[in-house]
Amino acid sequence: MPVGMSSKTILQKLAVLADAAKYDASCASSGTVKRDSTGTKGIGSTEGMGICHSYAPDGRCISLLKILLTNFCVYDCRFCINRASSNVERARFSPQDVVALTLDFYKRNYIEGLFLSSGIIRSEDYTMEQLVEVARILREEHLFQGYIHLKTIAGADPALVALAGLYADRLSTNVELPTKAGLESFAPEKKPATIRKTMASVRVGAEDAIDAAKNRLIGKAKPPRFAPAGQSTQMIVGADAARDDDILATADNLYSGYHLRRVYYSAYSPIPDASSALPPVRPPLMREHRLYQADWLLRFYGFAPQEIMEGASGGMLDLAIDPKLAWALMRRDIFPVDINRAPRELLLRVPGLGTRAVDRIVAVRRTGKLRLGDLAKLTASVKKVLPFIVTLDWRPGKLTDSADLRARFAPPAEQLALAL
Amino acid sequence: MKEVVLERPGDFAEWRGVARALLAGGVAPEDVSWRGGEEGASLFGDEAPVDAAGAVTLPRELLAMADRVICHRGAEIPARLYRLVWRAARERQLLARTTDADVDWLRKTDKAIRRDIHKMHAFVRFRRLGEAAGRESFAAWFEPDHRILRLTAPFFQRRFYGMDWAILTPDARAIWHDETLSYGPGGTRGEVPESDVVEDQWRTYYGAIFNPARVKIDAMRAEMPKKYWHNLPEAQDIAPLLAGARARVERMRAAAVSAANPRTEKWRTRVADDLLLEDELTSLGAVARAVGQCTRCPLHCNATQAVAGEGPAAARIMVVGEQPGDREDLQGRPFVGPAGQVLDAALDEAGLDRRRLFLTNAVKHFKFEPRGKRRLHQNPTAGEIDICRWWLDKERALVQPDLIVTLGASALRGVTGKSASIKSMRGQVHELAGGTKLVATIHPSFLLRLPDRDRAAEERAAFVADLARARKLAA
Repeated sequence: MPVGMSSKTILQKLAVLADAAKYDASCASSGTVKRDSTGTKGIGSTEGMGICHSYAPDGRCISLLKILLTNFCVYDCRFCINRASSNVERARFSPQDVVALTLDFYKRNYIEGLFLSSGIIRSEDYTMEQLVEVARILREEHLFQGYIHLKTIAGADPALVALAGLYADRLSTNVELPTKAGLESFAPEKKPATIRKTMASVRVGAEDAIDAAKNRLIGKAKPPRFAPAGQSTQMIVGADAARDDDILATADNLYSGYHLRRVYYSAYSPIPDASSALPPVRPPLMREHRLYQADWLLRFYGFAPQEIMEGASGGMLDLAIDPKLAWALMRRDIFPVDINRAPRELLLRVPGLGTRAVDRIVAVRRTGKLRLGDLAKLTASVKKVLPFIVTLDWRPGKLTDSADLRARFAPPAEQLALAL
Repeated sequence: MKEVVLERPGDFAEWRGVARALLAGGVAPEDVSWRGGEEGASLFGDEAPVDAAGAVTLPRELLAMADRVICHRGAEIPARLYRLVWRAARERQLLARTTDADVDWLRKTDKAIRRDIHKMHAFVRFRRLGEAAGRESFAAWFEPDHRILRLTAPFFQRRFYGMDWAILTPDARAIWHDETLSYGPGGTRGEVPESDVVEDQWRTYYGAIFNPARVKIDAMRAEMPKKYWHNLPEAQDIAPLLAGARARVERMRAAAVSAANPRTEKWRTRVADDLLLEDELTSLGAVARAVGQCTRCPLHCNATQAVAGEGPAAARIMVVGEQPGDREDLQGRPFVGPAGQVLDAALDEAGLDRRRLFLTNAVKHFKFEPRGKRRLHQNPTAGEIDICRWWLDKERALVQPDLIVTLGASALRGVTGKSASIKSMRGQVHELAGGTKLVATIHPSFLLRLPDRDRAAEERAAFVADLARARKLAA
């Protein structure tokens, strides 16, 4: 017997609305302000570093209760399981349902907090109001101090976005597809300009709150923080024809314009009742992985997108080796780099040296010159570093320029495909 | 050889007291033998305690690490820690030498403890005991690798202040009751309830959030090692989820594309594009809406929004700048950034009321180059200015100002269609076709870029003078 909408139990709704939320890659709960429930009747704390309370067999961290308020949606984005034309089972939580689930899970230490998103029902403003209402009840009625991530609905009234920023730790608006052409053909209701405007209102809200805090009169109450964990977005990889250079250029643009904390890349994976416009491909997990590595190079290693693409071909990153190594192989004129003398910016360009290893090298070389054996204590990937560096007791000689250097690192072709 | 017996393994205060005394007594690490505690053994074995009077200062970071590392179950821990503090008291900057074998050992052991703490924060699972006087109580059973309960309990106190709870481990228990934290002896799994009403929901969530198309078992096991699974209610679902994953993906692939949900059209909203026709652009509001959809040049691809002119249609003076900057792009209004503030102050001094002017730009979208967290302004090309003149002309036609002030060379080109230096145009009044007067001056952002203070003051005065002249000419 088919189960009617109203007769769905919380358990049935949860199954539908968590399943519908799993294509959003973000589950982060880091980077917010420190606060806790000390001295209150409430619960909850955030301590800077988020905690992954469990891991699913897909290797992804479960930190937040990640659900949709509803998977009814008036939009018809081809890549989305919840698009209007999909025959997927539909459900809708009330704000009180979500509040109860969040608190029940939190008290048992299953989660760090809530990541709430929603299909678009009635209008962008109505949908945003519903999301904000959940956060309001948690914060004001239950004194909940845990982490809250709210989806900002592109095109919602900036006043609602401003309200969301007062309750939430993080806000996110998904770009989904990096190019205008991609969105036009796969997500007819989504407009890149509307998405960017919403992101702009989040940045303006955050900066206004910082200004208000700076200019407050001594003795006056501190003005509330605005989304202290910042904003993020997600791009789907492999659903449309966008290339890696399109994706990275869009990411770079978003980081600089809206001060995003993170851009998430989500390999398009087959969904039940898929649209005929999308072939049921294997999710391009390796491509997703390389994009994350390239994103790190953008944010922490001082690379410009054009530099990263020097190691790419046809606008696509090398799948066999990581993007820093691919870049270094094209720019061997810069290497080898002297570990004992090179400035930090140059050490960051050495394949195999991460930011942490570089910081350790810079700190420890003040106390004495480094040998290869010392380096082994500072980084796990000495073998990878060898062709690119000089230490007291090591020079790579011809190794740096040898023709088969790429082959030393690239795995045999069959290992490229990750097990499905 | 001095023999030391620690009675309470993992107790930092006890170890510190002994280590302090040994250090003060000048006892070298190789002359101490450390033993784990047995009932009734005296702190210093058979020998008399050494004099504890002499104070030794140690780096705070070392003590913080020792406080954690002493919880490690390794039998060698107290001795190795003592060797480190002995050396740290004699060798400056010891901890900075991360390539030193002792320091390397300390950092790695500390990392293992911190990981153990982190995993305990993550994997403790409370089960509900009941509720009394509006306060719920919970209990959990957990088996950490090391003796870290005292290092983790404060976290649970901060997080779960508003409920009562107990965490039982084989070594000790922590109890938070009536807003007081206390410790007690080790417990057994049997003291904690076997299940919890919410576990079904949690397991349903765990199963639903898993994506069968991207199985990565190694990644899961690296972060959630199997040794924790028997205390995690969701872990019993891992095997069945994995077993069914391949078939679920195959079903998704094999399923024929189904007909669209019959209610699709009823649900979908038509997003009105409301592209206006040119002859509908009869008001400044219509122009502002239409410019928001402009795709005449590629600048719209990366900008947030077009920034249309702002001010009354009846304005007598129109002020034209170059293009929106970072701030204007975010807020959708002209001259609200740093250059706008310079302009506002200069207008004030020149006796002009911004609210009675029409302010706009030669180019309506922000042109920039991303550079890390900033967007660096880029000058628009002559071509971009010329394409965008279409909009400037629309605004001019609707406002019909008596006088136009152009700020900078781009504005000058936008208005006149010709490139000319400001120097050659400045100080005179020009007449445009139709009788509109033109005053050309610098862009206020130029004043922000002048490093020399005297020169900046001079240029600013000239700028204000240009604006004042415009006011008189338009009067």
